[in-house]
Amino acid sequence: MLLIHCPHCQENRDEEEFSYGGEAHIVRPLEPEALNDQAWADYLFFRTNSRGIHHEMWYHAMGCRRYFNATRNTLTYEILETYKTGTQPTIVGASA
Amino acid sequence: MSQNRLASHTGAVIDFTFNGKSYQGIAGDTLASALLANGVDVVGRSFKYSRPRGIFGHGAEEPNAIIQLGSGASTVPNLKATQVELYQGLEASSVNGWPSVNFDVMAIVGAFGRLMPPGFYYKTFMYPKKLWMTYEHFIRKAAGLGTAPVEADPDTYDKLNQHCDVLVVGAGPAGLVAAREAARTGARVIIADEQSEFGGSLLASQQTMDGVMAPRWVASLVAELVAYKNVQLLPRSTVFGYYDHNFLTILERRTDHLGLSSAQGTRQRLHRVRAVQVVLATGAFERPLVFAHNDIPGVMLASSVSTYINRYGVAPGKKLLLFTTNDSAYQTALDWQQTGRQIIAVVDTRSNPSGDIVAAVKLRGIEVIGGHGLIEAQGNKRVKRALIAPINASGTQVTGPVRRLNCDLIACSGGWSPAVHLSSHTGAKPVWDESIVGFRPGESKQQERSAGACRGTFDLTGCLAEGASAGAVAASLCGHGDGSVQFPACAVEDYIEQPQQALFLVPHTSATSRAPSQFVDFQLDVSAGGIELAVREGFESVEHVKRYTALGFGTDQGKLGNINGMAILANALDQTIAETGTTIFRPSYTPTTFGAIAGRDVKALFDPERYTAMHRWHVEHGAEFENVGQWKRPWYFPQQGETMNDAVNRECLAVRNSVGMLDASTLGKIDIQGPDAAEFITRIYTNSYLKLAPGKCRYGVMLKEDGMIFDDGVCACLGDNHYLMFTTTGGAAGVLAWLEIWQQTEWPELQVYFTSVTDHWATATVTGPNARRVIAKVCQDIDLSNEAFSFMDWRDGTVAGVKARVFRISFTGELSYEVNVPAHYGRHIWQALIEAGEEFSMTPYGTETMHVLRAEKGFIIVGQDTDGSMTPADMNMDWVVGNKKTFSFIGKRSLQRSDTLRENRKQFVGLKTVDGQAVLPEGAQVVFDAKQKIPMSMQGHVTSSYYSAYLGHSIALAVVKGGLGRMGQVVHCPLADGRIIAAEIVSSVFYDPKGERHHVE
Repeated sequence: MLLIHCPHCQENRDEEEFSYGGEAHIVRPLEPEALNDQAWADYLFFRTNSRGIHHEMWYHAMGCRRYFNATRNTLTYEILETYKTGTQPTIVGASA
Repeated sequence: MSQNRLASHTGAVIDFTFNGKSYQGIAGDTLASALLANGVDVVGRSFKYSRPRGIFGHGAEEPNAIIQLGSGASTVPNLKATQVELYQGLEASSVNGWPSVNFDVMAIVGAFGRLMPPGFYYKTFMYPKKLWMTYEHFIRKAAGLGTAPVEADPDTYDKLNQHCDVLVVGAGPAGLVAAREAARTGARVIIADEQSEFGGSLLASQQTMDGVMAPRWVASLVAELVAYKNVQLLPRSTVFGYYDHNFLTILERRTDHLGLSSAQGTRQRLHRVRAVQVVLATGAFERPLVFAHNDIPGVMLASSVSTYINRYGVAPGKKLLLFTTNDSAYQTALDWQQTGRQIIAVVDTRSNPSGDIVAAVKLRGIEVIGGHGLIEAQGNKRVKRALIAPINASGTQVTGPVRRLNCDLIACSGGWSPAVHLSSHTGAKPVWDESIVGFRPGESKQQERSAGACRGTFDLTGCLAEGASAGAVAASLCGHGDGSVQFPACAVEDYIEQPQQALFLVPHTSATSRAPSQFVDFQLDVSAGGIELAVREGFESVEHVKRYTALGFGTDQGKLGNINGMAILANALDQTIAETGTTIFRPSYTPTTFGAIAGRDVKALFDPERYTAMHRWHVEHGAEFENVGQWKRPWYFPQQGETMNDAVNRECLAVRNSVGMLDASTLGKIDIQGPDAAEFITRIYTNSYLKLAPGKCRYGVMLKEDGMIFDDGVCACLGDNHYLMFTTTGGAAGVLAWLEIWQQTEWPELQVYFTSVTDHWATATVTGPNARRVIAKVCQDIDLSNEAFSFMDWRDGTVAGVKARVFRISFTGELSYEVNVPAHYGRHIWQALIEAGEEFSMTPYGTETMHVLRAEKGFIIVGQDTDGSMTPADMNMDWVVGNKKTFSFIGKRSLQRSDTLRENRKQFVGLKTVDGQAVLPEGAQVVFDAKQKIPMSMQGHVTSSYYSAYLGHSIALAVVKGGLGRMGQVVHCPLADGRIIAAEIVSSVFYDPKGERHHVE
């Protein structure tokens, strides 16, 4: 069970308090109607599925009910950092 | 006293039964030691061949003595006799063996063992497929690992969440000193050991430590640890899982050793520990030697024989023959000689064994036969003799004549395998080390270190040094101490050992494929020949061979057999063991009860039940309840002698003809406020709320970004920048999370705030042509006329003396008022309305009637009529989509994807059965041609189906490919029972298609 640092609560909490929110930093296109089906499908369905460094959203559902981002190594499950939505990670890996 | 009990060992006598026979043991016994003391040879039957099996080991590694403890509700299957502490009145039985372990039907199958090669089940029983169920029934009856109790567990189990700096796993020599070093620094320490007493291997050791016998040294060290306030000692506690981020689970058996009675408090406790650092000191398992018929009762591990002698005062035989590849097993010869019983010889595969302890054994006149292998054991239900023969230096061939030696006990040792299980749980891959002939723990993946035998350090001096260092370093990494060892080293006399021989399969005069079975995994009857056969059949990967042969699949997880199996596989593949690798160990280390995993989270505490404020009234009036999410909702209110159909028909007619009342409190309610509330809601729903005025409501549908409907409900404008969103009962939590993710991650610039107010309000829905007359009796300050308070309006007012919000929204198609009051007034308002409705025979109704009434109107239920693949257009609800909105609302773009625009999508329609009295089952498939061959071309399915008492015929809602263009066509629903029901595709609105009933005066 993961131990996750909530950057809003400033505390380490068990995974049971959180739910997973999928890949982070996927921006909703400002003009969806301007995209063709392929470009819209890229936004909607396709994810990087990184091997190694991965930026992902977590939701402190049983705590402050706020979303934040985590940088996690998908090989070791080590969480390298957590940071607030709207900010950028300090650890970035070669994305696969 | 019992035949195998040593006279020097005394204690309180304990009575117990095994397989119905009475025996006596001594306090401190395990079930295994007591059975051995009583000379019980056969304790079980093997899983596949049903061969008689005896006790082989003395701890978690035991593959044979699998027993069922007790009977009735408290019975526990799948325990190892070596781990069950004896208590007065204990009852145990073998799990395998039918009708009994001494006469077993399956043994006849075993006699034809060659007919059951690996993969036998796959090859034989899987075809023809139909018969598998028949075979399986008999296989399971004949071979099993115990019976689960069928009654509810009467015992209490607990969970405890714990944090510590250093968790020490194992209280043998390395673990004990590790705990002491860590404790001294002030670090918070937990030390857990699966046995009843701390000490591990030292409990049965004859060594002196600091001038005292090892068990005494242990006792004083344990006393030291107990004195530390920062140390928690957990005996009878198995660390069975090592999970991410240093989270470990410990099963503490608190009362199992006292008996199965539940009167003694918490039976077992699950410790959920988050440790900063972990020291693994889990020891090692002695490796058996693989020779022909090495599974006959009377063949045991050398260290187990020593343990039974030294710790339990039991000599499990009369005439011992010791068979080894290494020095450590010679200790057993010394231990045995002290019992005064006969020792035949020590057979050593090494040509010239010459270590210190070998010399000591020879000095005592015990014959040591070097350069020989014990190639076969003989006997039926007990070893009678052994065949030994000279073997070559590499241990691959018999090189001389075979000799017979009579004996009734064979103690064998093929060296030691570190218990790398917990380290392996973390994903660390064990690494083969030729120098110890075993797998060492792989590189640490977490904050842990191994010390002692589990790291491949087998001498006591080394174990103590490593343990002390590991404890000190672990504590320093938690900020306690500087990592240096503080206590002086313990003075220990260790024998200088000579190198062992790596021997994983003892040669026989016949080739492996022809020799009598040489067992590798006792529990599942995997033999060396079986592994070689798997290779001949083309299996190469260790993981595949494991699954094909079942090697390591038993409840002992291959603690004894794995290394020999891997080595035999490597040899057959002409690879090194390092190249072949090992399988991965996963939790649990030993079987764990469901009771401990569940803890107190059972019955009412398993999942909360939610009740509305009116719940008690419903109970008092005989409601049947339905679970909706966590809510208990009245399903229907049967009157004397009524069936469910009778009650639902009556309730439906009451609403259509006069008036009824529904408890609608469970609907999700989210209070939304902020200057950007309207903009936000408009982005979430398919339609617009920008112009919704205070006092007005609107029905909306939410889509996921893929364009599929995910919730629906009414949203009311309560005031400037203030809205109340209703969600489905089951969708409330999901919708709130949905609003939050968009606000927080995509549109943080919008000022809008959400609060769940579902539980704050109680809601009574009064519906039917007489609804206004009922409300008028208890509400004087709202003008209820159609002109002043029209459909889709809401008003503040006072109902039965309580401040209320009244909504004119309808899920039945009738004139409706939904009265919302603060939850504490729920029962009051319900009672007041019931009394006001009496003159109109107002009828309380439940969710079933609600479903029928809404289906008559063709109103959808999200999650029943939709399934996450339906767009508004599919549901014939284009009217709810505001395509002119400036902002591209969630899901809008997806409504223009080629797939959502595709012809032939399933569309929402009504079905009217040709036989009006036939009610289609929900989920029935729809086909266009009933005469086609199976498998038929499925064109849709029924989503809702009821009998409509008001209309006098059945009604169904369905999604059918291209259904909206097929009005009037007849389709067919083939049912599982062979009937085919024909139905006509009609409009989904069966009742009041013009919507006039809302507006009755």
